[in-house]
Amino acid sequence: MQFSIYRYNPETDKEPYMQEYQLDTEANNCYMVLDALLAIKNVMDDTLTLRRSCREGVCGSDGMNINGKNGLACTTHLSTLKEPIVIRPLPGLPVIRDLVVDMTQFYKQYESVKPYLQNSDPAPAKERLQSPEERTKLDGLYECILCACCTSSCPSYWWNPEKFVGPAGLLQAYRFVADSRDTQTNERLANLTDPFSLFRCRGIMNCVDVCPKGLNPTKAINQLKELMLEEAV
Amino acid sequence: MVKSVLSVNHQGLTDWLIQRVSAIVMTIYSLGLLAYLVVQSEMDYTAWHALFSHGWMKLATLLFILCLLFHAWVGMWTVFTDYIKPFLLRFILQLIVFLSLVSFFFASLLILWGV
Repeated sequence: MQFSIYRYNPETDKEPYMQEYQLDTEANNCYMVLDALLAIKNVMDDTLTLRRSCREGVCGSDGMNINGKNGLACTTHLSTLKEPIVIRPLPGLPVIRDLVVDMTQFYKQYESVKPYLQNSDPAPAKERLQSPEERTKLDGLYECILCACCTSSCPSYWWNPEKFVGPAGLLQAYRFVADSRDTQTNERLANLTDPFSLFRCRGIMNCVDVCPKGLNPTKAINQLKELMLEEAV
Repeated sequence: MVKSVLSVNHQGLTDWLIQRVSAIVMTIYSLGLLAYLVVQSEMDYTAWHALFSHGWMKLATLLFILCLLFHAWVGMWTVFTDYIKPFLLRFILQLIVFLSLVSFFFASLLILWGV
C-alpha cells in the first residue's frame, strides 16, 4: 500500500515535508494503520516518530490525521482507506516531531474545567452512593480517553486555543455537572459563561464526527448551555 | 456565597441568547411578510404604502430591524475575535461595523416613519 507521511524534525529540517512509503501490508501482517506505521518504522525507516501505547483504542496516544480525518491509528482499518493513505499529525497543535504533537495547551484546557469530583458535604462513613439512574447520566461522558481527536478537529479551538476549552474539556465539564455526587454545579457553570470558554462552540459537530469512542461533545455542550439558561432565568 | 452564572462575566450567555431570540423574531416576521405577499393578489405601491401606514407594521418592522442589527453585531464580533488578532485592526473594523449598524437603525427609522 502507498503511504504519504508528514515528516518534520526541527533539528534537521527547515520545514515539514511529505514522505512516500510503499509497504507490503500483507507480508507484514498489517490490519490497522498503526500496524503499518510500526512496520514502516521497524522495517524501512526507524527515524519515523509517533506515539502509541495500548494499540487497542484505550490509551488515546496515537491520535492523528488519517486521510484528512482525525482518528486513532490503532482502531482505523487499512481496508477502509483510499490510497495513498495520507498521515499527518493532529491539526492545530504544535508539532514536536513527525506525528508527535505538543498537547500542553489541550491539557491546560482540560485542567481548567476541574475534571475531578468536588463535594462540600461532609464525607459519609463509607462512600457517596449513586442510584443506577444517576449513574446512567454519566454514560457517554466518562468514556473519553483524551486523545484530542475532537479538540484538534475544531476550528473554534484552532483560532482560540488559549480561550476556548474545546470539545474534550467541555465534555468533561458536563460529566461533572451531571454527576449527582458533585456539589459545585453552579461554580462550574459560572466559570463557562464568558464569550470564549464554552460559547465559541458554533455547533458544527466535527468533534462528534471524529470521536473514536463514539461520544457526543456537542450534545454535552448544548446541555451545559441549557442548564446555564435555566439557572439564569 | 454561591457563585451564579449571572454574578460573573456572562457576555457569552447573553450573546448566545440574543442570537437565538433575534433569530426567532426575524423568522416570525419574515414568514408573516411572506404570507402577506402570497395572500395579496395585487402588489403595487398603494398596497405596499397601505401596509406600512399601520402603526403596528412600523413597530413590527422596527423590531425586526433591531433584531437584525443585534444579530449582526454578535455575529460580526464573533467573526472578528476569531480571525482578526491585531487589536488595533480589530478595533477599527468593529467600530466601522458598529457605526454602520447604528446608522442603519436611524436610516430605517426615517424610512419607516416617512411613509
